[in-house]
Amino acid sequence: MYRYDEFDHEFVQARVAQFRDQIERRLAGDITEDQFRPLRLMNGVYLQLHAYMLRVAIPYGTLSSRQLRMLAHIARTYDRGYGHFTTRQNIQFHWPALSDIPAALADLASAEMHALQTSGNCIRNISADHFAGAAADEAADPRPYAEILRQWSSVHPEFTYLPRKFKIAFTGSERDRAAIQTYDIGLHLKKDAAGELGFAVWVGGGQGRTPILAKKIRDFLPQQHLLSYITAIIRVYNLSGRRDNKWKARIKILVHETGAEEFARQVEAEWEALKDSELKLPQADIDAINAYFAPPSLPERPEGDEAVRLARLDSKSFADWLNQNVTTHRHPDYAAVTISLKNIGETPGDISDSQMDAVADIAEKYAFDEARVSHEQNLVLPHVARADLKTVYDALVEIGLATANIDLISDIIACPGLDYCTLANARSIPVAQQIATRFASLERQRDIGELKLNISGCINACGHHHVGHIGILGVEKKGAELYQVTLGGSADENASIGDIIGRGFGPDEIVDAIETIVETYLAIRSDAGERFIDAYRRLGPAPFKEALYAGEAKAA
Amino acid sequence: MKILTANRLTDGECLWYARGGWAETIDDAEIAADKEAEARLEDIGKAAFAANFVLDVAMVDIELVDGVIRPTRLRERIRAAGPTVRNDLGKQARSLAA
Repeated sequence: MYRYDEFDHEFVQARVAQFRDQIERRLAGDITEDQFRPLRLMNGVYLQLHAYMLRVAIPYGTLSSRQLRMLAHIARTYDRGYGHFTTRQNIQFHWPALSDIPAALADLASAEMHALQTSGNCIRNISADHFAGAAADEAADPRPYAEILRQWSSVHPEFTYLPRKFKIAFTGSERDRAAIQTYDIGLHLKKDAAGELGFAVWVGGGQGRTPILAKKIRDFLPQQHLLSYITAIIRVYNLSGRRDNKWKARIKILVHETGAEEFARQVEAEWEALKDSELKLPQADIDAINAYFAPPSLPERPEGDEAVRLARLDSKSFADWLNQNVTTHRHPDYAAVTISLKNIGETPGDISDSQMDAVADIAEKYAFDEARVSHEQNLVLPHVARADLKTVYDALVEIGLATANIDLISDIIACPGLDYCTLANARSIPVAQQIATRFASLERQRDIGELKLNISGCINACGHHHVGHIGILGVEKKGAELYQVTLGGSADENASIGDIIGRGFGPDEIVDAIETIVETYLAIRSDAGERFIDAYRRLGPAPFKEALYAGEAKAA
Repeated sequence: MKILTANRLTDGECLWYARGGWAETIDDAEIAADKEAEARLEDIGKAAFAANFVLDVAMVDIELVDGVIRPTRLRERIRAAGPTVRNDLGKQARSLAA
């Protein structure tokens, strides 16, 4: 894992001191809210419905046990005993007092964490595949490159006031688990025919009120050109992106309006002037950062196969969890474990302080001291010996985090919605809870198979509804909540934006509507192996429209 | 009918203007029934913002239901009570505790 060097420590501590002074001046009335607001946003502090909100950055979703314990400490000491993991692999605390934030940030800094660039029109925290470094299908771990970009983009003087926020994501596998096509820049680390590492570069994806998938503008960028090429992209955007209209300011609009080919031409022209500059990454620098991410030394644990076989026979619930929440590791004696934060009837992504402490203990004992946050709002233990899986499972059962529902209909992505968020138009969490409760039976969920259901409480789409196989968007209509349904979205390597299926549904109708959609799918799928998304792509919206709305047409 | 609301600078707590001061609950909020009263509350809000006591100052529509203030928008009802998914948090938790 990356460890702060002397520069990082000094930088973060200086920023804590600076923000402490700004808060003190604000509380003393020496600066106005208009002056203070951009400063607090740069430090991850928002004002939500009930209180301030502090968003803490988790670079590429990677946490040490010590850092996870620090998040538990923040939740316990400055908040209400819980935190909320977001679709950007960050964590939010929903109740801190402004006057406590300097102390919270100082505590975070002691564990090499901060809240910088989790808001504002800058390069935001950089995300990555949550199985990076563990996945069996990976070309290489993309996190060293994410770390290089983190260092380069921290208070980058040229890119601190972009037209709009700017988000970058990495995957190191063909199978995209980081939703890179929904990002301003998506980077796919891969090897060329000669075995050299480089990136496919995707630009101009985004969700929000104008969902657009990224376009690939380069199939292979040799790794040493990462900084110069990203600089060229963001420079073109910084010069030509719109600043007159917030809703047209993201790079996706620029790429869309310019055309991907012409945009790529402009980037390449800019890059020509930069590629051999000081931005060219020396191999020694890449190696130095790579060294921080050296995989843990994984001792042979061949007894795992037999241990898992016996435990599976002994416990059906363990077998279910194994089938659903455990992923193949590049080392045959190991596995990656996903800890579902989607207990039936609870808030997606929420975790208590004591659960965070307990997961930190488990990670320390059985997972080489490392945990990850996924953009699907779950936690991951990337390296667990198969021989230890039953012990880890038992420990997770003890803290109520052993729900076996990864990638099933109750593994719902949901934003905080109108229960917390000042931008929201409708609630997301209760809808997620009710759907999960309706489909609580694991047998039924597994019969339905992989189904990504995503809910946003407003058009900003933090809940990724556009790319859910089933997406739900909450809106406000005549003072009441209304839920629009989209079908056919996907965030993986075959990404697609969902289609709005028809008129929306009230809070009392939406769960029934989802059930109708699911039952329709079960009736029309070619066989049990055809996933919801595949059936939708084969048959289109017609059967679902018919099931949802045909009765109305006849009645009318 | 409208009432005046804001969030307190120091901790973000939701406040409503009531009985000549700012209250942490909506129940006794001063109700403006005409334009003149609304203008007076708006001025109070602007002054409190200028004095760095509150932020996000807003006038919100309400109705009276059996004599009890009920904001028209769900958003404001949630601000007045707390998250609908966590009865142990927000104002509603305090009234349970009381």
